[in-house]
Amino acid sequence: MTWLPEASAHAMRIDILLTGLVIISLAVLGLVFGLMLLNVLRFRAGRTTVADHVAARHKSWGFEIAWTSATLAIFFGLFLWATQLYVVGFRPPAGAIQIYVTGKQWMWKVQYPGGQREINALHVPVGRPVQLLLTSEDVIHDFSIPVLRIKHDVLPGRYQSLWFTADRTGSFRFYCTQFCGLAHSRMTGMLTILNAADYAGWLNSTPATGSLVQTGEALFIRNGCSGCHASSRYAPDATDTSRAPSVVGLYGSRVTLADGHAVVADAAFLHDAIVDPPRRSGASYATEMPSFRGVLAEDDLAALVAYLQTLSPSIPQDAGSSSNAAGAGN
Amino acid sequence: MSGTPSPAVQQRSYLWQDGTLRSWLLTRDHKRIGLLYLGSITAFFVLGSIGAALVRLQLLEPTGAILSDATYNRMFTMHGVVMVWLFLVPSIPVTLGNFLVPLMLGARDLAFPRLNLLSWYLFVASGLLVVYGLFRGGLETGWTFYTPLSSEYTQGRVLPVVLGVFLNGFSSIATGVNFIVSIHQLRAPGMTWYRLPLMLWALYATSVIFVLATPVLAITLLLLAFEHLFRVGVFDPTLGGDPLLFQQLFWFYSHPAVYIMILPGMGVVSEIVSTFSHKPVFGYRFVAWSSVSIAAIGFIVWGHHMFVAGTSLYSAIVFSMFSFFVSVPSAIKVFNWLGTMHGGSIRLDAPMLYAMGFIGLFTVGGLTGLFLASLASDVHLTQTYFVVAHFHYIMVGGMVSAYFGGLHYWWPKITGRMYPEIWGRVAAALIFFGFNLTFFPQFILGYEGMPRRYATYPAQFQVLNVLSSAGAGILAVAYLLPLIYFTWSLFRGAQAPDNPWGATGLEWQTASPPPVENFAETPVVTTDAYDYAARDGRADAARVDEGAPHA
Repeated sequence: MTWLPEASAHAMRIDILLTGLVIISLAVLGLVFGLMLLNVLRFRAGRTTVADHVAARHKSWGFEIAWTSATLAIFFGLFLWATQLYVVGFRPPAGAIQIYVTGKQWMWKVQYPGGQREINALHVPVGRPVQLLLTSEDVIHDFSIPVLRIKHDVLPGRYQSLWFTADRTGSFRFYCTQFCGLAHSRMTGMLTILNAADYAGWLNSTPATGSLVQTGEALFIRNGCSGCHASSRYAPDATDTSRAPSVVGLYGSRVTLADGHAVVADAAFLHDAIVDPPRRSGASYATEMPSFRGVLAEDDLAALVAYLQTLSPSIPQDAGSSSNAAGAGN
Repeated sequence: MSGTPSPAVQQRSYLWQDGTLRSWLLTRDHKRIGLLYLGSITAFFVLGSIGAALVRLQLLEPTGAILSDATYNRMFTMHGVVMVWLFLVPSIPVTLGNFLVPLMLGARDLAFPRLNLLSWYLFVASGLLVVYGLFRGGLETGWTFYTPLSSEYTQGRVLPVVLGVFLNGFSSIATGVNFIVSIHQLRAPGMTWYRLPLMLWALYATSVIFVLATPVLAITLLLLAFEHLFRVGVFDPTLGGDPLLFQQLFWFYSHPAVYIMILPGMGVVSEIVSTFSHKPVFGYRFVAWSSVSIAAIGFIVWGHHMFVAGTSLYSAIVFSMFSFFVSVPSAIKVFNWLGTMHGGSIRLDAPMLYAMGFIGLFTVGGLTGLFLASLASDVHLTQTYFVVAHFHYIMVGGMVSAYFGGLHYWWPKITGRMYPEIWGRVAAALIFFGFNLTFFPQFILGYEGMPRRYATYPAQFQVLNVLSSAGAGILAVAYLLPLIYFTWSLFRGAQAPDNPWGATGLEWQTASPPPVENFAETPVVTTDAYDYAARDGRADAARVDEGAPHA
């Protein structure tokens, strides 16, 4: 059995945190078992006289305060250390390669920006940030990559995000780690981390039927989205917002919802808004957008989300995808 | 020493007065109801263990040694559901708690004897429903019933099991109400709150959780049943529901339920450590109030089950912080037990071995809990075997050790017979060894990335899985031993004196086994709990050296 490799700087930082936790645990265990053993050896029945119980009672406050505050101080340090490593997971860097991963009983479907698809396999380049956009077609799954020390639940009907920058090449297993029914334990696959040249070669040699952006643009017209939502090319006027808000510049902008709170329109927002259209604050449009739940499959939704992102040219896009995606629009 | 008890004892004992089946099934005596519960939860413990044994056998081989995927999934579901609701949650409160609460209070019975009997019938009915569901059709959702797997995608019998667990909740609530009212109302003259044995503080805190958390589980399971039956959209996103809502509600009960399981164990350990150190519990008030704070803080940590589920960053940070807080009172208890032993007069009889096993294994469980309360490391470790190992250290290493310790400690009082001490110590040592061999390798498996609830696994994990299964074999034998020698002792065990351990509680001041009415006359309490100086003074005023008053 080999020790679990670290395939990212984040994985190394997690291992350092775990080492810290192990050291603290061993120290406390040493203390507890040591004191237990010492007590048993020193104070066995019949060997000693009993200490003065009344005196012990008076001493107890000092001890209680000492070990309670020591415990609190150590815990608070651990809390801060672990929290700052967790927060980074919520902040994917701009320009990360976006790969769409859909779980269904019992397989993982993977779609690349260039239109490549595969099942139970994920190819990524070394040294570049990758963002996985995860969703499920049925029950809750979980996408777990132990060598990167990350995982996230995969929920039906909404997007979750997981990002990483791999720093070594190789093939490593990923798993479904949320129990999802009969063949749960067979819902695994291989993550292959390639160097830049090999990754480009792999993208080119893998058959693709049109880039995600092209597919998404076609879906945008075919499903009637362009009839209401102004986009740069298909509505009469990119600023006509009488029937629906414009999708030009929507990605990455701040949207205020009817309940008053503002959200940044990221990939997850775009996906969830198509499936379950939110109400905007102060909005009054001629028509109400229907839900596309069950109308559009998850791979179509992925394409639409990829297309909508290109309508915000000021937001850095994944530069790598354009090599194999003619007409990506940026 | 062995042989039949004297006719005088027999006549007064709750065990022998009216031995008809009818008198047992309609009894309102808390002691008999405790024994009815003991019999039922032992049966469920055996059933849950069979599930565990099959799971461990299956995992000997990477491709699965004996079961199909479907059967494996049903077996770990059965193991979880049966162990959590039909063994761990009731365990100490309904057996030792039922038997001891009135005795420790100096009362004749619990406040509501009929409610107490009703709770047992509810428990049996719920158990039968669950077993029916698990065996007619089977259930493969895990004990957590996550939606939409449980509501829309399972082929198993989710309804009877869910209704069984629903009923089970009412049994818990009945016990909780009974304990709370009894502890408030039935304390003997002079028994102030700070003179209560710590076992009662722990059971009081447990009862508060029973009463406040269980209704939320009941609501959640009803909603699940509605969605399953009538397709009302609550949790299923295709019906407009929210799958995370189920997890929020489920863990709002199920995390406090962890404290339902462990707090009574802590109470038992406080009693045992004090008795076998022959010394008052160090920092009595801190130990007492730490039970209450565990129960209180335990209500606001449920979100730590959902750090990778898709809840918000802020909720994760807040729940992580509270999760660190809740481990502080547990640490206080551990340090105080060690302080109790210090300067005592320690005897290593079987109950004390179990209690020390509890302290060690619970500490491992608590420390590994820090790995999971820490957000970033939780992301890597959650939903792997690390979590399985962690909660088994708390539930089995901790709670089951305390339960066995308590059974050995009060066995003479309950039955009027001594268990064979040598075998008690052998079993305690064997359980400790077998337990660690079973579950320690699982921490490493989890770090290496092996997901839980896998019927098959990559070959690189086999060595550790074989070690774990070997440990489970030892553990199975170790758990059988008490079952055998306890039964043997009922017929052949030495006659137990009233106070074989030289302990201080009121329960030791009456006969072994106690008479139906518990005490000939209501005891009057004049000293703190664990006042050995006063007790020894009474027993032998001239004694200076307090060593070993062996029975």
